[in-house]
Amino acid sequence: MSTNSIGRETRLELYRLQLELRYCEKRAYDLFLQNLVKGTSHLSLGQEAIAAGFGVAMRPDDWTFCTYRGHAHTLARGASMTGVLGELMGRECGLLGGKGGSMHLTDVAKGAMGSYAIIGAHLPVAAGAAWSAQYRGTEQVAVCFFGDGTANIGAFHEALNFAVVWKLPVIFVCENNLYMEYTPIGSVTAVEHPAADRASAYGLEKVVVDGNDADEVYLTAVKYMNRARKGGGPALIEAMTYRHSGHSRADPAKYRPEGELEQWLQRDPVNRYRGRLAQLGVAEATLKDLESDALRKVDEATAAARASSPPSLDGIEKNVWADGGAAWRN
Amino acid sequence: MAELTYRDAVAAGIAQEMARDERVVFLGEDVAAAGGVFKATVGLLEKFGPRRVRDCPISEQAIIGAAMGAAMTGLRPIAEIMFSDFLAVCWDMVANEIAKTRYMTNGQIALPLVIRTANGAGSRFGAQHSQAVENWAMAVPGLKVVAPATPADVKGLIAAAVRDPDPVIVFEQKSLYSMKGEVPDGEHVDQLGRAKVRRQGKDCTVVALALMVHRALEAAEVLEKEHGISCTVVDVRSLVPLDTQTILSEVSKTGRLVTVEENPRLCGWGAEIASIVADECFWDLDGPIMRIATPHVPLPSADQLEDNTIPSVERIVREIRERID
Repeated sequence: MSTNSIGRETRLELYRLQLELRYCEKRAYDLFLQNLVKGTSHLSLGQEAIAAGFGVAMRPDDWTFCTYRGHAHTLARGASMTGVLGELMGRECGLLGGKGGSMHLTDVAKGAMGSYAIIGAHLPVAAGAAWSAQYRGTEQVAVCFFGDGTANIGAFHEALNFAVVWKLPVIFVCENNLYMEYTPIGSVTAVEHPAADRASAYGLEKVVVDGNDADEVYLTAVKYMNRARKGGGPALIEAMTYRHSGHSRADPAKYRPEGELEQWLQRDPVNRYRGRLAQLGVAEATLKDLESDALRKVDEATAAARASSPPSLDGIEKNVWADGGAAWRN
Repeated sequence: MAELTYRDAVAAGIAQEMARDERVVFLGEDVAAAGGVFKATVGLLEKFGPRRVRDCPISEQAIIGAAMGAAMTGLRPIAEIMFSDFLAVCWDMVANEIAKTRYMTNGQIALPLVIRTANGAGSRFGAQHSQAVENWAMAVPGLKVVAPATPADVKGLIAAAVRDPDPVIVFEQKSLYSMKGEVPDGEHVDQLGRAKVRRQGKDCTVVALALMVHRALEAAEVLEKEHGISCTVVDVRSLVPLDTQTILSEVSKTGRLVTVEENPRLCGWGAEIASIVADECFWDLDGPIMRIATPHVPLPSADQLEDNTIPSVERIVREIRERID
């Protein structure tokens, strides 16, 4: 894919965003080690180019639906980093006031319509949002990110068929990081490409992209989102990538064959992108500035989140219902 | 007042809301061109067109998931699940996604949607198309649950459900679809969370839901005429929110509580009501609380078996007589 059409500003934005996602995820891991983040957490280290490529391509009023591995996708829509880290740390300043945690990050004002922690559930939900956009004629697009393991659950197939039959403006993006939790995806899947090889079953084009190349992801996103906006219907994109860490914080990923991680680190999306920018003539000082700015942002967000109080206990019985309460009887 | 069947009142309720609010859309399997397998949505496609009344594939997760996605982005969908037993196919969507999302997002996401479904026995369809499962839904925080017993109530409660800002499941009892009853003319909107006293008596308060309301009323007539036992019958109508004030007040007046439930006994809705009554008006009781429910079995299909599994008029009469005499 020729990426020459991408302008300098867009490229710097893609790099900035990837840096922020990378540094913030690393910070989330460090905070775990300090026991400041509880529960579980699923990091996107190594997969940042996908969130960044789409994040930059999307219109502010487009919608993102993602999984429990959703920190990067939520941040990529412009959600507050303090809000994200605060939520991971169970603080008042968290995006969800401490009621959702790492796996449910949501920022509706930014179009981040939720992180869904039951595999496959959000594909039909994204299709429903796309239906709403189609019904109201707003030309909004719903983008739905999920892992390779999702392509083997029923909701994936229901949503694909439904979205095609109704010609909905929804883009399904499979982030194929080669592992379904702890198990190599190839050992549990009938086809080589868990998502893309199923596309033809729904009358869709087979689209496989290099998910570690932010430019390629960005151009693919622009192409299929534009088509969807104009009534061209859904797309299913499989982005090949690799998870640098284990499935969740409990997983040291010892099941990976020797040398595999090292091989993928050679194709690290952030380093690769830096190299490309340098090759294109972006000054070293500019790159360094972007890097120190991103790190500062993460430091500031960390400090703000750490300074925030634990959520008030009043919240336990709030917001079950639209009236703000939890009453089930009179 | 016009006389309508329960099934026509369903269509009338949906039509009333679709005519009022362009954001109301309707989707389900066989609901548009076919007018529903129970013919409860006949005429909606002709009236509102294929953009708003949509046939879906047999994909319950997609149907409920799509309703959820549409609701969170500004529409007010009504989704039909053909038989309430099929809620199990999309229970993740109902119980994990729709019910929990407002809470988990601390109020960021609103889900004003309605799930309508045909519930309960009486059609000899066997265990996978006949179970009364209202207690499944009642047990999930974040879902409102109603089960109307009359044509007027089904129209009014569907309208109230559509206008409610939270997700509501409407359990329509499939044996009631052919029942006729008076429905108020013009716009009719009921209220969630309100029980109705259907009959006033002095010896015993019978609390029932949906089809069981009619059986309780019939049993009350027999008990009065043949045995001199006078029963109040309360139609619960809404399990969540639950109108405990009406129930407590009616139990206090008679000193007796009998629940008549079509759901299987274990953790049926009557257990919660019994617990509330025992806690809050124990000293007004003149005897033990009694629950008349379907035994804890999947439902059999043959006429005789089905009739003798869910509470019958005869069983209600017998059990109340045995306790109160």
